[in-house]
Amino acid sequence: MKYAYYPGCSLTESAREFDISTRAVMERLGAELTEIPDWTCCGASAAEPVSELMNYVLPARNLAIVEQEMDGIDVLAPCAACYLNLYKVNREVVGDRHLHARLNEVLAASGLTYGGNVRVRHLIDVLKNDVGAKIVEQKVTDSLKGMKIAPYYGCQILRPYPVFDDPGKPVSMEPFITAMGGEVFRWSMSNRCCGASLMVAHPEVAVKSVAAILADAEGADAIVTVCPLCQMNLEAYQDKAVKAGGKAVPVLYLTQLMGLALGLDQKAMQLDKNLTLTPSVRQDIKTRAWAVPEPETDAETAGMNG
Amino acid sequence: MSEPVRKTWSPASEEYQSILGGLRESVGACMQCGTCTASCPNWHAMDVTPRAMWRMIQFGMLDEILESRTFWMCSSCYMCTLRCPRGLKLTSAMAALKRLARVDGSAAARRNSAFYEAFMDDVEAHGRVQETSMMQRYFLKRKSPTVPLAFLPLGMKMLSKGKVHLPSRGQGGVLKPLFAKAREMEGL
Ligand code: SF4
Ligand code: SF4
Repeated sequence: MKYAYYPGCSLTESAREFDISTRAVMERLGAELTEIPDWTCCGASAAEPVSELMNYVLPARNLAIVEQEMDGIDVLAPCAACYLNLYKVNREVVGDRHLHARLNEVLAASGLTYGGNVRVRHLIDVLKNDVGAKIVEQKVTDSLKGMKIAPYYGCQILRPYPVFDDPGKPVSMEPFITAMGGEVFRWSMSNRCCGASLMVAHPEVAVKSVAAILADAEGADAIVTVCPLCQMNLEAYQDKAVKAGGKAVPVLYLTQLMGLALGLDQKAMQLDKNLTLTPSVRQDIKTRAWAVPEPETDAETAGMNG
Repeated sequence: MSEPVRKTWSPASEEYQSILGGLRESVGACMQCGTCTASCPNWHAMDVTPRAMWRMIQFGMLDEILESRTFWMCSSCYMCTLRCPRGLKLTSAMAALKRLARVDGSAAARRNSAFYEAFMDDVEAHGRVQETSMMQRYFLKRKSPTVPLAFLPLGMKMLSKGKVHLPSRGQGGVLKPLFAKAREMEGL
């Protein structure tokens, strides 16, 4: 299992713990990641409102490098926006002769060309279809038994292109949560938008979305994400969202939690970087606090004894 | 309609017309079922519903379109695109509306597109986005001291978590030739 790894900008900046945990976990699971040399930004969701062409050129430049220098192996992207941008070049440009020609005309300014032969995969797609939850289960050393984990998919990994899961009712993370020994927390907001970059220009609108998501996660021990923007919005604005009716819930990257289950320590998974993982939450994770049964009430105890 | 008047003074009228033309084509098949509006998580912040916006595009109601804040409230979540029974690329249409408003260049458009522009300027300069320098560019474009102040508490929190990194040269100007070429081809 060899992949051309595309970390994307966020994972080299405020989401380094996602990058580090992804690399470590994938290595444990037997995948070989080689970073795309000299990769550049995919444009996130900021390119399309500025330039239609650059919206395709930015991701395509990276695919062109993989095609020309890495034998066109599959690209692995952990970030939802990076994944969609890279993927949509294949869906929307390749096959459209006019647009494809325009794209290559721009790429030619850097001596590049993209033929359309590189497959783009999201981290979850690779976990589900190439690795499999069985392997994870076999390698678990520190079971998360009893931990109620709410899988959060967000929007762009399954919309508008549902490649590896049902965008209306996504379930692809569930076997991995179970494999780690955790319990899947059932909720209805797992594919609701977190507000994305609206949080910068119109925070009052995005905070409402985050509050609704966090309110629905009440009762979960943690939310797991696979997108740096989801993670940022759910964590960094949690105070405001709680004031707007949300519940405080720790938020981790799926790969961080998986790393812990696979025997890597909190330091290696950089749990200190998460804004919602206070020392007491980290202590809970360390001692597996959720595994301790709820204390019985006096009445119940009395009844059982009598 | 004031369309002919706009044509005479608009500095980029060709681009302006081509975006509107493309938009009309992209939502021409809309049958006004309202699924897009019902799917949108941000409809409560919009002054015109997505369904009504497509109608306004079909009718070419340029002034009313440009006055609306609807497309600035789109967070690119793709729910409408996924669910539209006509298979229309509605999220792309929202992005095209943002481009149209940028060409129009009103004060509201400048304010609302500041983040996207700051992001792209940073990509052009460094090849990769660097959050600190991108946010600096954003603050400069917003020209309001209260904007950076609102981000101060978060900035401090991120600093204490070691999530803030000083800008570096990144990949340098490796993308500059591509930006220049695209600009030439799009006439922007
Ligand atoms: S969902 Fe599609 S067809 Fe229905 S109103 Fe919206 S754009 Fe038109
Ligand atoms: S893509 Fe934009 S318009 Fe469509 S549902 Fe999402 S936020 Fe609403």
